[in-house]
Amino acid sequence: MSSSFNKLFRTHRKIDRVVYGVSLFFAVLLLITALLIGFKLYQASIPSIKAFGLPFLWSTEWNPVLEKFGALVPIVGTLLTSFIALLIGIPISFGIALFLTELAPAALKQTLRILIELLAGIPSIIYGMWGLFVFAPLFADHVQPWLIENLGPLPIFGPLFQGAPLGIGILTAGIVLSIMVIPFIASVMRDVFEIVPDMLKESAYALGATRWEVVWNIILPYSRVGVFGGIILGLGRALGETMAVAFVIGNAHHLSASLLMPGASISSVLANEFTEATGKIYNSALSELGLILFGITLLVFLCSKLLMKQLHKR
Amino acid sequence: MSFLYIKRRLINVLACTLASLAMLIGLIWLGWILFSLVKNGMPGISWHTIFSITKSPGGGGGLLNAIAGSFLMVFTAVLIGTPIALFVGTYLTEFGQQSRLAKAVRFVNDILLSAPSIIIGLFIYQIYVMQVHHFSGWAGSFALALLVIPIVVRTTEDMFLLVPDNLREAAFALGAPRWKVILHVVLRVSRTGVLTGILLAVARISGETAPLLFTALNNQFWSANMNQPMANLPTVIFQYAMSPYVDWQQLAWSGALLITLFVLSLNIVVRVIFKQKPPIH
Amino acid sequence: MKNKILSFLLVSFFTLLSTPLFAGMTLIGAGATFPYPLYTKWAESYDKQTGVSFNYQPIGSGGGLKQIQNGTVDFGASDKPLSMAELKASDLVQFPTVVGGVVPVVNIAGITSGQVKLSGTVLADIYLGKIKKWNDPKITALNPGVTLPDSMITVVHRSDGSGTTFLFTDYLSKVSEGWKKQVGSDTAVSWPAGIGGKGNEGVASYVQRVKGSIGYVEYAFAQQNNLAYLQMINDSGQAVLPSLKTFEAASANANWKTDTQFAEILTNQPGANSWPIAGATFILMKRIQPDPEKGRVVLNFFAWGYQDGKALATEMDYVPLPAPVVALVQKFWKENILNKSDKPIWP
Repeated sequence: MSSSFNKLFRTHRKIDRVVYGVSLFFAVLLLITALLIGFKLYQASIPSIKAFGLPFLWSTEWNPVLEKFGALVPIVGTLLTSFIALLIGIPISFGIALFLTELAPAALKQTLRILIELLAGIPSIIYGMWGLFVFAPLFADHVQPWLIENLGPLPIFGPLFQGAPLGIGILTAGIVLSIMVIPFIASVMRDVFEIVPDMLKESAYALGATRWEVVWNIILPYSRVGVFGGIILGLGRALGETMAVAFVIGNAHHLSASLLMPGASISSVLANEFTEATGKIYNSALSELGLILFGITLLVFLCSKLLMKQLHKR
Repeated sequence: MSFLYIKRRLINVLACTLASLAMLIGLIWLGWILFSLVKNGMPGISWHTIFSITKSPGGGGGLLNAIAGSFLMVFTAVLIGTPIALFVGTYLTEFGQQSRLAKAVRFVNDILLSAPSIIIGLFIYQIYVMQVHHFSGWAGSFALALLVIPIVVRTTEDMFLLVPDNLREAAFALGAPRWKVILHVVLRVSRTGVLTGILLAVARISGETAPLLFTALNNQFWSANMNQPMANLPTVIFQYAMSPYVDWQQLAWSGALLITLFVLSLNIVVRVIFKQKPPIH
Repeated sequence: MKNKILSFLLVSFFTLLSTPLFAGMTLIGAGATFPYPLYTKWAESYDKQTGVSFNYQPIGSGGGLKQIQNGTVDFGASDKPLSMAELKASDLVQFPTVVGGVVPVVNIAGITSGQVKLSGTVLADIYLGKIKKWNDPKITALNPGVTLPDSMITVVHRSDGSGTTFLFTDYLSKVSEGWKKQVGSDTAVSWPAGIGGKGNEGVASYVQRVKGSIGYVEYAFAQQNNLAYLQMINDSGQAVLPSLKTFEAASANANWKTDTQFAEILTNQPGANSWPIAGATFILMKRIQPDPEKGRVVLNFFAWGYQDGKALATEMDYVPLPAPVVALVQKFWKENILNKSDKPIWP
């Protein structure tokens, strides 16, 4: 009796060890793969790093004929479009999350939630096609002239809205990106808003608080860690988005003050130029751009982890 | 009624109106995109579109090989990526938990999740395609699998963490070995959530173009040979949309409509049938 | 229910995998986007006739070069010919297949195709940003009797790398010292002015929408999108319209040479009827073929294209190579594309 039990235990323990081993193996493999991707990028960037050094980061040159490259325009484009995406996306996501948790009639909640999450399901190439062929022309004909006329002459912010109404550009890319990040941020916000204990909310209502005051003073502070996490998730998506941005950003290697002008983001440059790039330095410069994007993403996530720790403590 | 009271009520009304407006804006974007897709894509959808292969401009082609190729590669990517991701998720919640390795893996996973897909494609090109000297459906699947894994790892970990510890402890108390606890308790309880994560990964990779450009390439002919370049919908859509030929452009929109319909129905099916609260990734 | 779905998926998956592999050979080529529609048509026809299928993918001229260097394709295609140094460095050979043209297109109120004439220097100045308005004296001097508006010119160029850009900038470099010094020519350049459209389609769509714009596209795009193209004043001083005839005239006057491996860039060719922005597209192959049988099949395909494929080419607005050049190319094959024991693989 006990010997067959022992056998069973030993088999189980063997299987346990195998399961542990396999899990550990794949976890380490994932880690190694990610490191390998970073390393391969680095390897491919070496000729460019040697040729340009640190000034690569702040040079605006982009001359394939003379083989002189600089990353400033794509870096600015990546950061600017992501910033615009968050600027537009966060308030809208917040509003949507608010609506879904506090204002929506119960019968519609599920449907509305599914509908918003459908936005995340639309493939990015379709955002690109829609952005270029449908949105940009309408934006150029109806919205941009208004922006140029009314916001262009303003002091301080004016220069952001000057130029010809082309329809594509940094602003358009930012807007398309914002549509793409809304479902991510809104869903996370909604999830963490739901978790807030009813008792907290009801106590506030009992004290006579309005809906908005409950949201702003109770729900938001309680769920701030989750909200922040959702924003970082959206930011990650915006930073890495390739196809949609490549279609509508205009891919111009010029720094300009106006948001209505075409620009370039790191991933749009990669998507637009990698296939045709000839020459060691050109290819290497593109790889270095990829490396920089990796670095930016790394930095963003590191900072977010630190900030999350801070938020948790308070 | 004091001024303060009126002010608070007004702010409340304003805030609620803005929130409703935000909801409306979100729905308008969705509706507009779907409307454009249907308007431009519907005219091109026919039996012929789905059941004939791609042809040269004016040749009256369809999208069959692209649809089949995408199906094969997505399926393979899921077959490869899901088990790996499940094991990694298992390690993160059941074994490593808060160890330094687990923290590193989690961090790296999040980075991979946000990595531009073109870099993943280039990576597979460098370590696989260049070594074997040809493009293939396998290479495409590997690239897609690398996109599937971080998504499913994240979902799996979140879902596994939601399983209360006392369920695990109850199983242990009954004498179950670790692997049985993982398989029969943790996985079983969270299976709908995990499945949701897998289906979301499928939805994501079905529309990816960049990772396939240098791995599967594309194929204008019919081929189900995974060891050869393989046609896929996103690349065909991309090529056709940027061409000057009206019939090709029509096929591009129709293909876009097909992919979106597929992805959206997958999403809806997941949420309606499984009715659980899926984390979005 | 779930099990049924899963089994359906698995069954279809394995059914697809087990469809019989190709009876004939499949060869792979990749590269230039310019000849892509033609190569696709040729491949279809050839497949019907011989059962050998050629899978060609338009990943860009640079991509084509990379892939043939890495040996991942059987032939590469490039809109930009390589120099002898580059060919030697990668041990490749190149030869042309067809000729086409790049066409400047405009969107000016009241102007239709062929109404406006420009010279190369004026075109270069527009793209340099030096000529800013349509009624600039330099433009009106070339176009007496045509009313040009007092509006800004919006320059449209390519945002991605492309052989079309290469041809266009090569032409501008030939006719304008200023352009040559400031910008130069390549598949991608540092544009002094204007906005970038993605692909020929992107440029075409901007020109269509933005009033007062000028862009450059492959001839097929100008045709298909009903864009108003320009007359260009060529090297002989004649104003010519873009058409198969004028592209052919450009290639007829070209000095095809085997010692530069046909690296003829057909821009600014002499001849009264020559279109100034024409160009050939090239095939790149390894000089020493690792699989001589495959190499022979590839050459047979292009030999077929030169002969039987002529009609298809003209149908799609490409200019086939004249017979003497074809003969030169095929002689070149015999002498230069070898197997590992240095014997020619063709015919």
